[in-house]
Amino acid sequence: MVKLKNINKIFNINTINENHVLKNINLEVNKGDFITIIGSNGAGKSTLFNAISGNQPLTSGEIFLNSNNITFVKEHLRSKYIGRIFQNPLLGTAGKMTLEDNMIITRSKGFKKLKISLNNKIRNEFKEKLKILDMDLENRLKDNVGQFSGGQRQALTLLMMVLSNPELVLLDEHTAALDPRNAQKVLDLTAKFIDEYSLTAMMITHNMEHAIKYGNRLLMMDKGEIILDISGQEKSNLTVEELIQKFHDIRSENFINDETLLS
Amino acid sequence: MIEGILVEGLIYGILALGVFITFRILDFPDLTVDGSFPLGAAVMVKCLLTGIPLWISFIIVFICGGIAGSITAIIHNKLKVPSLLASILTMLMLYSINMRILKAPFVSLNKISTLLTKFSTLITPVTTDRAVSYLLIFILIVTVLIIILNNFFHTDLGLALGALGDNEQMIISQGMNPEHLKIIGLALSNGLVAIAGSFIAQYQKFSDINMGIGVVIIGLASVMIGELVVKSNKIIFLLSRVILGAIIYRGILFLSRPLLIYPTDHKLFTGILIIIILAVTALKKKGSSNG
Repeated sequence: MVKLKNINKIFNINTINENHVLKNINLEVNKGDFITIIGSNGAGKSTLFNAISGNQPLTSGEIFLNSNNITFVKEHLRSKYIGRIFQNPLLGTAGKMTLEDNMIITRSKGFKKLKISLNNKIRNEFKEKLKILDMDLENRLKDNVGQFSGGQRQALTLLMMVLSNPELVLLDEHTAALDPRNAQKVLDLTAKFIDEYSLTAMMITHNMEHAIKYGNRLLMMDKGEIILDISGQEKSNLTVEELIQKFHDIRSENFINDETLLS
Repeated sequence: MIEGILVEGLIYGILALGVFITFRILDFPDLTVDGSFPLGAAVMVKCLLTGIPLWISFIIVFICGGIAGSITAIIHNKLKVPSLLASILTMLMLYSINMRILKAPFVSLNKISTLLTKFSTLITPVTTDRAVSYLLIFILIVTVLIIILNNFFHTDLGLALGALGDNEQMIISQGMNPEHLKIIGLALSNGLVAIAGSFIAQYQKFSDINMGIGVVIIGLASVMIGELVVKSNKIIFLLSRVILGAIIYRGILFLSRPLLIYPTDHKLFTGILIIIILAVTALKKKGSSNG
């Protein structure tokens, strides 16, 4: 499905501020995987997503989507197959435009034609789809999206993304900026959609419970490397304590390695 | 009075529509306008003096303005230059180009038949008043333009342009190239501005190499006055209020004539007017956020 081969990303290369953010990452995402990704700040999680979505060019390495090499494909072309939701709920929708206009834009991907698609038939389709969210948005088609709450906007972004039939879904801490109640609602919707539409997804989270509860595979990143890759039975039996323990085991091992190197 | 306020208001309203598209819809502050406005005038004068049919002349004017806008967009896209710098560069280069088209700093259209003179003769049975006939034709032209633009901004492409100004990441996420959309938007905007310039040339019966200086601010003032007067989220009202703003701006300028002793005073006046509008808007925002 998606294959990352020896991916490296170095910021400010050959300067005093050189920062090796992704270190020789190799990863194969299988069709139908729902991967949760945890890791401390600066571990390279978002940079990994930027690499996959094409937001930033790689320093070295290759990316394959369904065995097509997409390493040099531009972001807007990749986004026809890769859907991404950001932490900032404002990034997924246009706040100054009405809900129905937003949905027209996200209805199909790619260049838009010089024709008016919005009509009552399409409006009814939109209403049907919005009912899934159970947020009463189906009665607010003519309201500006800017009037909606962050949770509503993020749920809307999620819905519109799912309906575009992406091959891969990237969720970049998409509930972190929401209040707990809305965060849970959006997360439930996410799990529901991924299950119903059999999507392949990767989700960054700071919440270890969520990382364990959701998905079939868990990655832990630290200092630009994937230090843990657990899936299947092992993942479903995992507890937060075990996860922390594993983290400490690997971290202290690294620490010892560093010390031996330095001495 | 009719001519000073309504007719000029409607013509500068077309200019303001162009400014509205870049500044408000695309969120791309574009100063190309100061060059594409006299470009439209120069091209129209040249076409009429050469004897090219009117309707073809208008198409040529629109295309020339569109090319000017596209150049700004391409400089911005490819060299990653801020919109203001990219548009100032195009504006600067257009000055020389306009001079080359006109071959003189001032070219008169006296005794040349234009759309306005033709229309005046056409409706002599109805009215012989020049001002009234000008008013009629510009009401007609502006109405048609607003209907076309309103339809355009309801198409999928038009909506995408609106989303681009609001949220560029959304456009990328939807698989569209924002660079292409910027070219389309700037071409449309500057095409309209060039058309406005060509009307001013026909209305004043001359084209002047310096007629573009500061017109972007006139357009912006009109847009901002319109926003103060009418509140809406429907594109038809957003477009109409730009025209209304342009007419009110002409009205304010007309009424303040006793204050403006030097003919150049109106630029100072316009600047102060915009500062006042900005202050009022800021105060209103403060007021609404406090309660």
